[in-house]
Amino acid sequence: MADTGQIDRPLSPHIAIYRKQLTSVISIFHRLTGIGLAATAILIVWWFLAAATSPAYFDFIDGLMTSWLGLLVLLVSLWAFWFHFFNGIRHLRWDSGKGLSMEESTRSGWRIVIFSVVFTTASIYLVI
Amino acid sequence: MVELTLPKNSRMTVGKTWPKPAGAKNTRAFKIYRYDPDSGANPRVDTYFVDMDTCGPMVLDALIKIKTDIDPTLTFRRSCREGICGSCAMNIDGINTLACIYGLDEVKGEVKIYPLPHMPVVKDLVPDLTHFYAQHASIMPWLETKTNRPAKEWRQSIEDRKKLDGLYECVMCASCSTSCPSYWWNSDRYLGPAALLHAYRWIIDSRDEATGERLDDLQDPFKLYRCHTIMNCTKTCPKGLNPAKAIAEIKKMMVERVV
Repeated sequence: MADTGQIDRPLSPHIAIYRKQLTSVISIFHRLTGIGLAATAILIVWWFLAAATSPAYFDFIDGLMTSWLGLLVLLVSLWAFWFHFFNGIRHLRWDSGKGLSMEESTRSGWRIVIFSVVFTTASIYLVI
Repeated sequence: MVELTLPKNSRMTVGKTWPKPAGAKNTRAFKIYRYDPDSGANPRVDTYFVDMDTCGPMVLDALIKIKTDIDPTLTFRRSCREGICGSCAMNIDGINTLACIYGLDEVKGEVKIYPLPHMPVVKDLVPDLTHFYAQHASIMPWLETKTNRPAKEWRQSIEDRKKLDGLYECVMCASCSTSCPSYWWNSDRYLGPAALLHAYRWIIDSRDEATGERLDDLQDPFKLYRCHTIMNCTKTCPKGLNPAKAIAEIKKMMVERVV
């Protein structure tokens, strides 16, 4: 930083004292779901790979994926997918210069949260 | 770089609890960040009690009352007390705003006051804004022209002048930039919402003739594109401006000029 290097000034507190609000919480969840989805994608490829390897190996991985922990990971990933998908559309709209007022972005923020839950529930019903 | 914890010399300790004013019936607690550069000690958070029956309605009124009646060493910037100078920007109750136009009735319970986030602290609530101002200067915040100077003045239509509304009102208080996580982690290279809003203010000025150079200067992985549309800036702006929208418009112009 310009001209401030010589003096050992303390850094003021930031993330720990800043209010958690819709703007920043959705943003951090967009990143987390993005990273999580990449991890789940690898997991699913592993699942397919096991199916192509041998029946015994597939049984092992399939057992993991359909255990309660595996199902929980898949459920969270399903929600992560819908969340990331809808927020991605929200970002595309922003990039076209639309929906950037505080009122509109707050509304669209809550909308994608609700959509992600509704679509997760709907997808489960469609699959089961 | 993302660093969630504070450096060793910046970690806050519990400070002094100042005695309640004698005879006051209606007091309110204020937790205020203190840092004394002469002592060499870590920053601390002091607790003050203000007699609300004799205090004005704004957060700045309470700060001035503390400085006058309780502790004259409490240091903060203030000047106009009406939201036009931008001096008293600080973090109040978790958001950045101007102490002079933020009502005490907008805060529930004790009032927590910190300096603007992720800035070098000079003393108490006074952050070092040197770098922030240098970034503003770097976007050439003035009219750049190439044609000969007109006989009278640079004229502008009413419609073109309207495009500057919502931009020229910025008072450079730094609330937006210091509310932005991207600015926290990359302020060395990312210009931040305030400087970018000013950049846009000159880019769309119909009289300015350096639009291309201005956009060229922002064509950089960090200066402009560290904005990830988090929108903390717009959420916090005490003047109700929309830096996120201004940045989005610059990004659009960047695309439009290549396609």
